[in-house]
Formats: sequence, C-alpha cells, structure tokens
Amino acid sequence: MSSPGPDVLVRVRGLRFGFGTRAVFDGVDLDIPRGKVTAIMGPSGTGKTTLLRLIGGQWRPQAGTVEFDGVDVHRQSRAALFELRKRMGMLFQNGALLTDLTVFENVAFPLREHTRLPESMIRDVVLMKLEAVGLRGAAGLYPEQISGGMSRRVALARAIALEPAMVMYDEPFTGQDPITMGVLMRLIRQLNDALGLTSVLVSHDVDEVLSISDYAYVVSGGKVVDHGAPAAVRGSASEFVQQFLHGKPDGPVPFHYKTARDYAADLLGGARR
Amino acid sequence: MKPWLLIGDFLRRLGESTLFLFTILSALPAALARPRLVVQQLYMVGVLSMVIVIISGSFIGMVLALQGYSLLVRFGAASSLGQAVAFSVVRELGPVVTALLFAGRAGSALAAEIGLMKATDQLSGMEMMAVDPVKRVVAPRFLAGFIAMPLLVAMFSVMAIGVGGGYSIGVTLLGVDDGAYWSQIHRAMHFEDIRQSLVKALWFGGAVSWIAMYQGYHAAPTSEGVSRATTSTVVVSSVVVLALDFVLTAFMFR
Ligand SMILES: Nc1ncnc2c1ncn2[C@@H]1O[C@H](COP(=O)(O)OP(=O)(O)O)[C@@H](O)[C@H]1O
Ligand SMILES: [Mg+2]
Repeated sequence: MSSPGPDVLVRVRGLRFGFGTRAVFDGVDLDIPRGKVTAIMGPSGTGKTTLLRLIGGQWRPQAGTVEFDGVDVHRQSRAALFELRKRMGMLFQNGALLTDLTVFENVAFPLREHTRLPESMIRDVVLMKLEAVGLRGAAGLYPEQISGGMSRRVALARAIALEPAMVMYDEPFTGQDPITMGVLMRLIRQLNDALGLTSVLVSHDVDEVLSISDYAYVVSGGKVVDHGAPAAVRGSASEFVQQFLHGKPDGPVPFHYKTARDYAADLLGGARR
Repeated sequence: MKPWLLIGDFLRRLGESTLFLFTILSALPAALARPRLVVQQLYMVGVLSMVIVIISGSFIGMVLALQGYSLLVRFGAASSLGQAVAFSVVRELGPVVTALLFAGRAGSALAAEIGLMKATDQLSGMEMMAVDPVKRVVAPRFLAGFIAMPLLVAMFSVMAIGVGGGYSIGVTLLGVDDGAYWSQIHRAMHFEDIRQSLVKALWFGGAVSWIAMYQGYHAAPTSEGVSRATTSTVVVSSVVVLALDFVLTAFMFR
C-alpha cells in the first residue's frame, strides 16, 4: 500500500470489527498523516462513526491494531487510555454538548476535569477558544439556545481546549446550510494549520471534504476502496468511487436492496411471506 | 416471546445490572471527593420530590387518623389513635409510600435524563474527553438518591403524623384529645421504630436509584428507548420496593 507520507500519527492495520454476526470492517488499513487534514469518505452505514470510536478506543476491534503516536490504543489500561484520549478531540455528529451547562461551561468542562488551573486562567483559555470559533459572544447561552452549526463550533472549541494532537470530526457538515458549511470548512482547515493539529474528517459530503483535505480514503463494504491525494481520488479508476463521487443511482452499489425473491412472484405471492 | 427467552433476558439484565451496581459502588469514592456534584444532585432530587411527598404525607395522615379512629373507637381504645397512626407511618407507610413517590418522580426523571444524555452522545462525548461518565454523572446521582430518601421519609412521616393526623383530630372533632394523641405518640415511639424506618429508607433509596441509573445508562439510544427506560424504572422500582419491604420487615421482626 502506498503510504501518504513518512510521518504517521494514527496507523490502522488489519482492522476487523462487527456487531454480532454482521461485519462492519473486514481488514482495514489506514494511515493518518501527522499535521494534515485526512478525509474518510463512504456511504452512510459503512462504519465511519464506528471507525472513529475504534480509533478513540471506545470500542474494541475483533482483530487488528490501532496505533496512536506509536501506542496501541487497545492494549492500554483504562487510565492510560484516558491519558491518550486527552490528546484526541472528537466532534460527534450533533456536537454532544452537555445540555445542562452553558456554552462557556461546556468549553471549560475538560479544563475543570483535567487541570488545576485557577479560575481566571480557565476563563482566559475558554474565551480564547470561543473567540477562535467566533462564538465568544455566545458564552452565556445554553446549548438549546444556539443553532446546530453553532453547537458544532462550540464542540470544536471544547475539543481543542486541552490542545490535543488530533481532532476527529464526525460528519461536521451534515444538515448545515451552505454558509454554515463554509464557515465550518474554513475553521477546520484554519485550526489544523494554526494549531498544528492532525485532523480526521469523516463525511459523505464529497466536494466539501475533498476541497479542504490533504489526503482522502474511500471506505465501503468494510474495506478501503481507494486512497490518495484528493485529485488522485477524484480520478480514481474504481467504478465504485466514481459512482460515489458523482452520486449516480446505479453502479456497483445497486439501487435495489438485495432480495432473493423474484419481483413478479413477490407481487403475485400476496400476503403470504 | 418464548418463555425461555424471557427468562434468559431477565437473567441477562439481572447480571448486567449487578455488574453495573459494582461499577457505581467503585465510583463512589470519586463522587465523594467532589461533594459539590452530589449536593447539586441532592438539590435536584430533593426539589423534585419534596412537594409531592409533603402533600401525600398529609393526606395519608388524615386518612389514617379517620380510619384508625373508626376502628379503635369500637374497642374503646380511641385514645391510642396517636400510637396507631405513628406506628403505621413510621414503620411502613412512610418508607414505602415515599419510595413509590420517589420512583415516580425522581427515579423516572433520572432515568430519562441519563437515557437522553446517552442518546445524544453526551456520555460518549465525556468518555472521549477522558472523563468517566459513571464517576461524573452516575455516581453523584446514585449517592444523592441514597441520601435523599431518609430525609424525604422523615419529611413524609412528620407531615403524616403531625399535620395530617393532627388536622383530622383538630378539625373533624374526632373524640380524641389532642393532648392524648401527642403523648401517645411520644410514649409509643422508640428508637427501634426510627431505626427500622431509616434502614428501609436507605435500602429503598439505594434500590430505586440503582434501578433508575441502570435503566437510563443501558437504555437504547433512541426516543423509544428512553421512554421505555422511564416506564421500566417506575414499574421495576415499585415492585422491588414492595418485595424488599416484605423481606426487610420479616428480618426486622425476628
Ligand atoms: N451500537 C450498534 N449496535 C449494532 N449495530 C450498530 C451499532 N452502531 C452502528 N451499527 C451499525 O453498524 C454500521 C455502521 O454504523 P456507523 O459507523 O454509524 O456508520 P456511518 O457512520 O458510516 O453512517 C451500520 O450499519 C449500523 O447500523
Ligand atoms: Mg455516522
């Protein structure tokens, strides 16, 4: 497999994972280059969220390894895993803000939990992070008082509060209007470069994601289908990748869900199943 | 569903909830180290339940006095009314009715809150921030429920015996001297009765909190899952409280 670059922050090898008997990943190899924005794209239900949870050590793979900065994530004690996680930020699909805390307290949360900074310092750090995402003015609001796009920006401020090495974004653009999308895209790129982060961007918004990433993976059917620089992925020879990128209704992924029953027989079969 | 599947599911849940109880218990020192979180929850749980406990206590006291009087007067023992009311409240109705109210009010709210936190990835989010949700969210709530119950039972008992019972005597002019009512209570109540009440309150508080935490934390992360967790909390808690009451009473009678 061609490597995206010599300096790899997250190395996934031979990853296998499934729920019950249903396999989600069947031997996935991935490298997340340090300091870059890496896109992981794939249709809904391919296991993109699952992959992020496996990288974060929330779930355990049935086989294979995930290394974060040279450390095997799934061979750590709980305490050591928690130490690792302080260096990973994760943005859940809906922000996952704590609904009983204000925007300010949400961003302060990891600082209060993990540091012994004096109150004045916490205040400064929180306001700086909120300023970075343009929401210093919303510090006193509660999560239910702000829009979905703002929630994601607050979650982003919270994710970078402890100055992690990596931030993982789970579908940050889904359900956002074009302006918000643009704001989030620029923010992800800017923060990555300004803070020297490594960003992992999981999404099926193909054009948006490819336009801000340095490297891209396309995942489907439990495997990596293609990977490379955005331009290379756009020009991929894989039929599936082409179908996915251009949103064609039929191709390797059929429009019809698989069934063994013949259509005509099914109609004539009436209520009998 | 087939009966053996139901039994299998029951046993699985029993095992799972027992393990979860141990997880909560092992997180208690962490919760105790941050009393502010517990006090916050104590306030929530207390405020949620206080009003209904006060109102229900008063009504139950009134009914007990009326019913007790009509029974006792037949044996010419109407002057023992205070003792009858106090006994039934302190030993039985106080802890049991309070626990049922607590399950319906605070237990269901706790289960819904935790279930929703799970459904909206707030718990996962905490885990990814290297914060243990059992320590940060579950343990303080469990502890608060455990501490709140004795206080609520005491509140219930005072309302039932004092306000409810006293009101019935004073206003409905039962043929009981209110002085006799009070001195009867004073003479008949022993430390042992209070102890039994306290023991029950702690057991019930622990049981209801445990059930609520388990139901919420293990709820399916959907709106249906949260609503099921809420209902189950009330149903299971009620049955467990009544069963536990029998076991505790049988033990304490000896
Ligand atoms: N907790 C779970 N239990 C069982 N199946 C799950 C669970 N979470 C996800 N799945 C299944 O695993 C597959 C991958 O899910 P997910 O990672 O959420 O996909 P994506 O994020 O790519 O849309 C889906 O088919 C989903 O139904
Ligand atoms: Mg997803």
